[in-house]
Amino acid sequence: MATTASRSGARTIFRRPDSNTGFWGWITTADHKKIGIMYGYTAFTFFILGGLEALLLRIQLSQPDNVFLSASEYNAMFTMHGTTMIFLFVMPVSAAFFNYLLPLMIGARDVAFPRMNAVSYWIFVFGGIFLYSSFVFGTTGPPEGGNLAEVASRLGSGPNGGWFGYAPNSGLRFSTGTVMDYWSIGLQILGLASLISSINFIVTVFNMRAKGMKLLRMPVFVWMTTVVAFLLLFSLPIIAVALFMITFDRNVGTLFFDPSMGGDPILWQHFFWLFGHPEVYILVLPAMGIVSEVLPTFSRKPLFGYPAVVFAGAAIGFMGFGVWAHHMFASGVTPITQAAFGLSTMAIAIPTGIKIFNWIGTIWGGKIKLNTPMLFSLGFVGMFVIGGLSGVTHSIVPADWQQTDTYYIVAHFHYVLFGGAIFGLFSGLYYWFPKLTGRMYSETLGKLHFWVFFVGFNLTFGPMHWLGLNGMVRRTWVYAEETGLGPWNMVVTIGAFIIALGVLIFMINWTWSKRNGPIAPFDPWDARTLEWTLPSPTPEYNFAVNPVITSLDDFWHKKYSEDADGRPVRRPEATALLAEYEEVGLNPPEPIHLPNPSYYPFLVGVGMPMVGYGLIYDNTAWGIPLLILGAVTIVGSFIGWGVEPLEEPHADHHSDEPDHEHPGTDGEDS
Amino acid sequence: MDSLDPQGPIATDIDGLFRLTLNIATVIFVLVTGALLYATIRFRDRGDRTPEPKQVEGNARFEVIWTVIPVLILASIAVPTVDRIFKYTSCADDALHIEVTGHQWWFEYNYPDDGFSTANVLVMPTDTEICLDMSSDDVIHNYWVPKLNGKRYLVPGQATVLLLRADEPGEYWGQCAEFCGLSHAKMRARVIAMNPDDYADWLTSQQRPASMPADGTIEQEGMNLFLGGQCVSCHNISGVTASNPALATGSIYGPDLTHFSSRDVFAGATLNHDDPGAIESWIDNPPLIKPGSFMPNIDLTQQEIEALAAYLRSLD
Repeated sequence: MATTASRSGARTIFRRPDSNTGFWGWITTADHKKIGIMYGYTAFTFFILGGLEALLLRIQLSQPDNVFLSASEYNAMFTMHGTTMIFLFVMPVSAAFFNYLLPLMIGARDVAFPRMNAVSYWIFVFGGIFLYSSFVFGTTGPPEGGNLAEVASRLGSGPNGGWFGYAPNSGLRFSTGTVMDYWSIGLQILGLASLISSINFIVTVFNMRAKGMKLLRMPVFVWMTTVVAFLLLFSLPIIAVALFMITFDRNVGTLFFDPSMGGDPILWQHFFWLFGHPEVYILVLPAMGIVSEVLPTFSRKPLFGYPAVVFAGAAIGFMGFGVWAHHMFASGVTPITQAAFGLSTMAIAIPTGIKIFNWIGTIWGGKIKLNTPMLFSLGFVGMFVIGGLSGVTHSIVPADWQQTDTYYIVAHFHYVLFGGAIFGLFSGLYYWFPKLTGRMYSETLGKLHFWVFFVGFNLTFGPMHWLGLNGMVRRTWVYAEETGLGPWNMVVTIGAFIIALGVLIFMINWTWSKRNGPIAPFDPWDARTLEWTLPSPTPEYNFAVNPVITSLDDFWHKKYSEDADGRPVRRPEATALLAEYEEVGLNPPEPIHLPNPSYYPFLVGVGMPMVGYGLIYDNTAWGIPLLILGAVTIVGSFIGWGVEPLEEPHADHHSDEPDHEHPGTDGEDS
Repeated sequence: MDSLDPQGPIATDIDGLFRLTLNIATVIFVLVTGALLYATIRFRDRGDRTPEPKQVEGNARFEVIWTVIPVLILASIAVPTVDRIFKYTSCADDALHIEVTGHQWWFEYNYPDDGFSTANVLVMPTDTEICLDMSSDDVIHNYWVPKLNGKRYLVPGQATVLLLRADEPGEYWGQCAEFCGLSHAKMRARVIAMNPDDYADWLTSQQRPASMPADGTIEQEGMNLFLGGQCVSCHNISGVTASNPALATGSIYGPDLTHFSSRDVFAGATLNHDDPGAIESWIDNPPLIKPGSFMPNIDLTQQEIEALAAYLRSLD
């Protein structure tokens, strides 16, 4: 491969970037860790935006008949809050964890396709920017024939048909202007990014594990990543097709979802939720994986029932494709359908329960260290129990007829996705902070963050159960004073601001500790998995020597044996082993191949919004030329990429001998 | 407008099922979170006083137990669930049929046996099973009167049914529950349940044509404005606008106003007739009150507004 590379390398259009540092070092990197870090910071930026949107929503709802936001502003805010938190925060921040950790946890030097990894990141970034540019360029108005008293403000010019985009309301007749085109094309671009990375993760897991790391020796986080990658692979094409159909309905004149011409708006809902329900597990399984790493480490016990937790996760993944119509119990689907999906929804509670019981089994009898990541993980389990149980009440179909489309549902899925996913993700951010930065975070601020979050979260989403059962309908920008819902809404709004305070504490902790925190030892938690055998922060090449695995929690068993009682006893050679890991980790005994940086993934990303704008503005003079330019940029970049070798000869860390053993160079041409 | 204080037999039955599930869920919640909290406190690291824990990797018997027990619990609530699904998704043969059509942003009610149409307020007899035959004129709406039953979609191009039954006369609040565009929040509903006798009287009163204002009154001025202006192109007033060609083509999409003031509320059941100035401010600038409204601001003078309001108040 190296010889082919040197010949074709000369033919590339752009001179190959050769710096791994500085601005262009980040733009052109193919290092999974740098990409993971960029995913993390970008996703967090969107988290702030989605959070600000939520605060505006809450100010508006803090009292009945409020006039803080107009209807169009409110609709844009709730649509973009949901879209942002799902597609631009939880999914990409999970991708940040996958990117950074997956190779480390399976003992690889990179993912299978490093440049594909970069392209999925850049497509995500430009997809997000494209979606948000609706606030700058998008136009909106009343439905055809309707009237507005005032022109919609810029704040009201975001996509406004809900993150679910139900037809026919999202169609051309009822969503006039361009904002819903930004939404459908923006999601299409974002979906492409996730689809590419899912393939990358699957190939990485199945092909690049260290010697001896059998499937059932993989950390649970890796398992959950794998399940999520398969969920993405099978569910994203569904939403992609549906989004194409709605884009065509709006821009080409097809009538897939237009009932006036025989189209079926309920069909959109089937497509959407056939993707949308697996999506819920896409959002929560990574956090479940994180919790399954954190709980054993800080209980100083192995995960209780490892195979059960793994199979329960896989079962949730499978069953997640068979419950979608529980989002549609009020839609008038046949009673047989309602019964079948009610039962399948009940059934999915069983593997979920298995996970929760095994987590409790893990901490039971342990030696529990209540530090920040542990608090967030325990918080996850507690909050997820509430979200899971309210989920079971939705499977009681007639009860769901009452609950659906009310704040009871809003409460339920925030307990799952905030109390669950986001608590789990924050647990992971603290847990792996030392590995990422080489420093320790402030435990005081971390615990403060947890408790502020915990109180704010329950104050925000707890009363929503009550509000929903008392008749508070979702997606309404005002409610009448006579409903008596005002006081509890004020409580909810106060809770939301307490959550915001928690986020602020986290940001202070992160920013300060990254620069000034105490230097982290490379195994600060006395942990169990492979990434803790590496120096902190992780060196660019990850493993100086390819590791060999002999058991589940291999690192732990290298440090500890068990006495007759089954209690861990530190091996006498453990200290010397750790010292050796550190010494070797920083000084690789032989040169290591690494994928070179490349401009092309970035350029593919740049081309995406160009095509998007071209599609939206195809009726202007510059629309079609821009579309063609975007398409040429994308195709040209892929061609350039195709002729550019993964590694340049004589680059950094490169030996003259071709080496086929190193991950990331094994003959694949990503 | 809550589902926790059900009034009819259907809503009461559903509430019972919900409360049963809620009670089971509460017990599970207390047990599980109790175990979580207990373990967290009992097994917390107290330094040297806490020994290194036994390395337990799992227990097959426990796995079976905490798989089987949830299966049994779920099976026990699955049976009544499936039973109620079938019970409440089709109408009895002797049910009273009323047609509901969703519009952005108000509900239209047609009484097919009695040949009239009304809006915003659904009037129904007590102790009778009501079968709502529902559809939509534009986007998907969702009909919800929580004290009487759960929700059901109104889907353009499709027919759905919802059962309602009230035991006691009374006024029940409702709301469109599916996001249906700009003024989704302002698409509300009222249901008034009457004794069968009162209901028969109400039917009779709704079937007569609109009352005619006396000559030279402000009401008559209002009627002339109504007929001469844009109002008549969307609204029907029986006996007054009968010759309106739009009626025949079905392009009328404003509420029937024949007995406008017999209804407590208007504008998507968001405004009360009794509130002074409510009708006037609505006519003055409908999109200000209901963003996106299909009823435009037609720049009426204050005098015209007052005349139209007076006429509308006279339509009892």
